[in-house]
Amino acid sequence: MLSFILRRLLIAIPTIILISVFVFALQKLLPGDPVLAMAGEERDPDVLEFLREKYRLNDPVPVQYFTWIGNALRGDLGISLRTNQPVTELIASKLPVTIQLATMAIIFALVIGIPVGIISSVKKGTVTDYVANTVALSGLSIPNFWLGIMLILLFSVRWKLLPASGYVPLSEDPVKSITTMLMPAFVLGTALAATLMRHTRSAMLGVLKSDYVRTARAKGLRERSVVLKHAFRNALTPIVTLTALLFGELIAGAVLTEQIFTIPGFGKLVVDAVFNRDYAVVQGIVLVTAVGFIFMNLIADVLYVLLNPRLRGQ
Amino acid sequence: MSVSEPAISHRAENRVWKKFRYHRSAMLGGILVVFFILIALTAPLLPIPDPAATDWGAVRKAPSAAHWLGTDEIGRDVLSRMIWGAQASLLAGVVSVAIALLLGVPLGIIAGYFGGWSDAAISRCTEALLAAPFLILAIALAAFLGPSLTNAMIAIGISATPIFIRLTRGQVLSVKAEDYVDSARAIGLSTPKILVRYIFPNILPPVLVQATLTIATAIIAEASLSFLGLGQQPPDPSWGSMLNTAKNFLNQAPWMALWPGIAIFLVVLGFNLLGDGLRDALDPREH
Repeated sequence: MLSFILRRLLIAIPTIILISVFVFALQKLLPGDPVLAMAGEERDPDVLEFLREKYRLNDPVPVQYFTWIGNALRGDLGISLRTNQPVTELIASKLPVTIQLATMAIIFALVIGIPVGIISSVKKGTVTDYVANTVALSGLSIPNFWLGIMLILLFSVRWKLLPASGYVPLSEDPVKSITTMLMPAFVLGTALAATLMRHTRSAMLGVLKSDYVRTARAKGLRERSVVLKHAFRNALTPIVTLTALLFGELIAGAVLTEQIFTIPGFGKLVVDAVFNRDYAVVQGIVLVTAVGFIFMNLIADVLYVLLNPRLRGQ
Repeated sequence: MSVSEPAISHRAENRVWKKFRYHRSAMLGGILVVFFILIALTAPLLPIPDPAATDWGAVRKAPSAAHWLGTDEIGRDVLSRMIWGAQASLLAGVVSVAIALLLGVPLGIIAGYFGGWSDAAISRCTEALLAAPFLILAIALAAFLGPSLTNAMIAIGISATPIFIRLTRGQVLSVKAEDYVDSARAIGLSTPKILVRYIFPNILPPVLVQATLTIATAIIAEASLSFLGLGQQPPDPSWGSMLNTAKNFLNQAPWMALWPGIAIFLVVLGFNLLGDGLRDALDPREH
């Protein structure tokens, strides 16, 4: 297993290098002088030259790349133009907020998506299956920012049941923290629940046709036991893998969810950075997200092997 | 072979169409899509007010006989802006997927058919691009390119390209191992001819299904970028930018937020249903 993980890590290295090149090129390919953006109203040639030297922009482009990636490897992703804070520090301060939101969204998606997927597969071709499929497809088609707006309209503006925005750290007041995150987590988890439901249904349909399920039924086992113990356990592998892979979608979804509910997380950071032309932060976020996604891919691969006894010995 | 081939493909086409026609949800998707396309195309001909015309005497008016879907914060007719907004959404969906297809399919064919270093280079780049979440990549590109509908379409198109490279490559790998491609090579057909006559038509169905589903994703992505202010710029209407404004008036004018969201939902649902139906109809295992 260790050699498998090491091999997968080695494969990930060229991908990470390429991503870093893309992220770096993103800014370099742009027209315009980044120093002018940094200097703001200042147009004194001496100041501009000082900034060029300070940020080593007079160096050849490959040298600039290696300086940037060398710093990134040491955990230095540059300085935010807007707040003057190190980008790494900014990302690290926002990440726990988004992780809480994403975790709650995943819990919601698992609790809804998997049982509905199982029921839908067992009742294939019935009204229940049809309704579950329609709801799942609707969940995939609803823009999550609109769903957020509608929930705020109903639960906050009309019925005044839940707060419309804000964030309370879990360590400060756990109940209030979870209550504030309920609506955003539901919004972020909807599409995920729909995806999980469709995959669970499809994996279960495949397994339910297999010989061992027929054998289990022939042995006279109760249907509940056949479905949950024999079929679901075998359908679980692709579902667990998928959940790990959905990390990227969650982070992307968090951008809009955090914007609507004014949650000071990773997603809001990227939008604020974009509007303030804070390129170092945008670059840092894309790099960190991509590396995180590759890491989640690795976890998905490892889980796939761990959960599948036939692959374990290979 | 040249005589029987068109007959077979014609029979297959008939079978696909027959299956698709009886796929109720796919037909519903098709109807929804055609409805929105017609609305977008006929917008200039419809007897509706100018979408940019403001009326300070009718600010944030609820739906009425004069304004069927109400008015916005500066008295513009919401229905008219919705109809014109359909153009932006559909255009963004179709153009960005066209960009992704134009870039992704040839690169996928090169990687899959020629293999070797070109495959290695293209595949590594694809993996790298796929590692960045779709919307984050689109937001970053749109931010660097500058906010406009055209740039949003380019950003979404580039972000969706790796999906088509990977899909096309996989399809080409399986098609090029088929006997008929070997036969074509054996009778001395040139590589471009093999690619155009045998490879391309056979990889088309899954690419078509993916394109339909990606239009749905692209429409949501365009609405998301416009919602964030990185897509269609005011005063030109777009469903996403309408929602961006509407969120500030939820208490006073909830209809401003209701309609654009329903429209996005319906058109995206339409493309998703259509894509699902096409996948079922084109899947040979389902015959």
